Amino acid sequence: MRLELVKRPQHSALFSALSPFLAFGLMVIAGAIIFAALGKNPATGLYAYFIQPLTEIWSLHELAIKAAPLILIAVGLCVCFLSNNWNIGAEGQFTIGAIFGGAIPLYFPDFQNYATLPLMLIFGAIGGALYAAIPALLKARFNTNEILTSLMLVYVAQLILDWLVRGPWRDPAAMSFPQAPAFHPWAIVPELFPMSGRANLGIVFALIAAVAVWFMLARTLKGFEIKVIGQSPRAGRFGGFSATRTIIFAFLVSGALAGLAGITEVSGAIGRLQPQISPGYGFAAIIVAFLGRLNPLGIVAAGLVLALSYLGGEAAQIEIGVTDKTVRAFQGMLLFFVLACDTLIHYQVRIVRPKPAQATESQTEAAHGHG
Amino acid sequence: MTQSIGGHAGSLLEVRGLTKIFGTLKACDHVDLKVGRGEIHALLGENGAGKSTLVKMLFGSLEPNEGEILWNGKSVRVTSPSAARKLGIGMVFQHFSLFDALTAAENIALSLDDDTPIATLAAKAQALSHSYGLPLDPYSVVGDLSVGERQRIEIIRCLLQVPQLIILDEPTSVLTPQEADKLFETLDRLRSEGKSILYISHRLEEVKRMCDAATVLRHGKVVGHCDPRQETPSSLARMMVGNEVQAVVRAPVSTTSAQPLLEIRDLTRPPATPFSIPLRNVSLTVRAGELVGIAGVAGNGQGELFEAVSGEVVQQDSSTVRICGKDAGKLGITARRLLGAAFVPEERLGHGAAPRMKLSENLLLSRYATDGRAFVGGTGVVKTGAVDAAAQRINAMMDVRKSARDPEAASLSGGNLQKFIIGRELDRQPSVMVVNQPTWGVDAGAAAKIRQSLIELARSGSAVLVISQDLDELFEISDAIAVMHNGELSKPLPIAEATLEKIGLLMGGAEPGHAVHELEPA
Repeated sequence: MRLELVKRPQHSALFSALSPFLAFGLMVIAGAIIFAALGKNPATGLYAYFIQPLTEIWSLHELAIKAAPLILIAVGLCVCFLSNNWNIGAEGQFTIGAIFGGAIPLYFPDFQNYATLPLMLIFGAIGGALYAAIPALLKARFNTNEILTSLMLVYVAQLILDWLVRGPWRDPAAMSFPQAPAFHPWAIVPELFPMSGRANLGIVFALIAAVAVWFMLARTLKGFEIKVIGQSPRAGRFGGFSATRTIIFAFLVSGALAGLAGITEVSGAIGRLQPQISPGYGFAAIIVAFLGRLNPLGIVAAGLVLALSYLGGEAAQIEIGVTDKTVRAFQGMLLFFVLACDTLIHYQVRIVRPKPAQATESQTEAAHGHG
Repeated sequence: MTQSIGGHAGSLLEVRGLTKIFGTLKACDHVDLKVGRGEIHALLGENGAGKSTLVKMLFGSLEPNEGEILWNGKSVRVTSPSAARKLGIGMVFQHFSLFDALTAAENIALSLDDDTPIATLAAKAQALSHSYGLPLDPYSVVGDLSVGERQRIEIIRCLLQVPQLIILDEPTSVLTPQEADKLFETLDRLRSEGKSILYISHRLEEVKRMCDAATVLRHGKVVGHCDPRQETPSSLARMMVGNEVQAVVRAPVSTTSAQPLLEIRDLTRPPATPFSIPLRNVSLTVRAGELVGIAGVAGNGQGELFEAVSGEVVQQDSSTVRICGKDAGKLGITARRLLGAAFVPEERLGHGAAPRMKLSENLLLSRYATDGRAFVGGTGVVKTGAVDAAAQRINAMMDVRKSARDPEAASLSGGNLQKFIIGRELDRQPSVMVVNQPTWGVDAGAAAKIRQSLIELARSGSAVLVISQDLDELFEISDAIAVMHNGELSKPLPIAEATLEKIGLLMGGAEPGHAVHELEPA
């Protein structure tokens, strides 16, 4: 016996729209089962995870802080994914963006004015874009697999950061702690409402990026080019669009946004360069991109959901004493359920027995007898 | 030979009141059909008449809403293609279901339910292909084969399963007269072996020549059963479309002194893959007001020529392709369009049009540069309103029948999509138009419309180059016909001097006064 996926003649538009919600529902159910298996009360666990973080102002600020990098990165990734370029290395581009931008206050500590932060942000975006250009050029020139190259470059970027903050950039005053000196106040991303919480301009950047990329994809010739090349490369070539140019463009946009997210994170929520600057934003953003249906506006909503899962993980750790690894489990389940829902919307499962099911027994026999 | 008109008690297949409803559309409305043993039964109808839906139900890809299928007089439910094959129904699709990256033999193995080793299958396929006169190398990669060769794989694949009933969907639309004759011999042989054939075609001449009985569908309903040998092509066409198909009108012209708009000079191109055909010193001039046809058996370099002329593949030497008097060899497709050229490739879905995109978006695909000012604003913003209006104008001009206002390209039938794609280019009144296979798989009414519009474009002063494997079509529309064989192009024969026999000889590779490279000493 084997299982086969058979393409449905037509898929339901209703279920396509509902798919992210179904996936979220399924994740909650699976989460409840996991809590129960861990010997915790599922209701308490789910409350701590998904409701409690939304009940207080300060934690809504935290939600915005977590959602900003997720949205920024995922918006860039959706440009890549729509053009059929599988950039898995946003985490690395995030890290290099943080390093490029962070270098400015470290090397020019006396450069302190209104221009400092914008320059850092621009440098961060350039750093991320340059780092994303590596897998892009390799793919365009040598037809390498961008999934592998971009993923491997993540670890390279993390080791570069590690070396920098333990070596040349280490803060002499930090008692040999592996971290760079704290950024001066001109190099810090301003908070939005300092009275009530920490949320900073990062979420504003994210929303601007989402709207801008949405406009580009939905309304401009460039967006059309990206979608044609992604869906139907030969038709794209017939239209006169260059696949190579699209590869480079998609990676540069996505790298720049990931780099911007990186520098915003270190000069906002963290305030300095240190060995760990991301709880896996670059990878979680892949989930955000798909949960948001590769639509920048959907990605805003999806980014908030994923941010909630980070906060919920922290809360659940404190409230009911489960490990912080449950965050990864929840995020993984969410991606799994999104992809599964999408697959089952487009395909139906059929069970095939070794001897295929007879159409209608007696008649087929008759036909065989005849043959 | 047992022949039956309208069937008899011993029908192999009988269909009673078969109905299929999609939403509000009755694609098949109480269709009755009888196919006798050893009978070639034609299924006629325009695109969208319900032929494909009907055979999909017979082959188990669609489930009927109502009605009954009788096989050998007993009611059966065909739940899947593999159930259909078990019954003894084989099918050769119009749009092939082959994997490009696999070999012919591997593709055949995939469709079989048992685990025969590939080598055994390859040997069987080769033997079968020779015995039926359909030469095929089972180890060639499908991606490198022409449409005609791919069809052979489909036919062999079907025959390997020893079916009682073979359904053929538009089988001759890509074959040369000689190849088609071969196919007819094959079909004759199958008929004499007692097998039945359900034959879908728009070519009324061959239906009249081959088929013992015909069922005509229009708008999902059977409008008549007849004996095609008692009918004329025009009476068959009248049944199909409900009125007379307008014959294509071609006024004679003299263009020898007109300005050359498309010049191909000594175009040579090495093979792109180990299996594709090189182009050898191809030269051709198409003048204003002239329509030149290129005939040839599938896979003799026509696709390679199209790519080189369209600029999807650019040349080293800029003078090899000249458009409207300007060197274009090094220019890409967009630059060539801007010089005034328009192109229609052979494959509609995935090449001429992006399947999952709307018609208006597919309009933008080939026109964003030439109509830049009308369709795209200064900041790169697409003027969707203008594009949509243009798409609707084209749909009206070419009578494109569709299910929604602006549907996805993939949802249109082949003929309607082709009308749209041709109309998309005609709409900008190009000076040069290059079309590969303008009417492959297109119904009689739509084909006549497309051919007439190509002639009119030429008569309005453009240069039109049509690559086709349909000789009747080329004789109908061309002012001169050149023949492509093994990457070489013959000198064009003025239509007055061209005969089927002459062209057929050239297609086989013989041309007096023109070097035939196989004969050259190595």
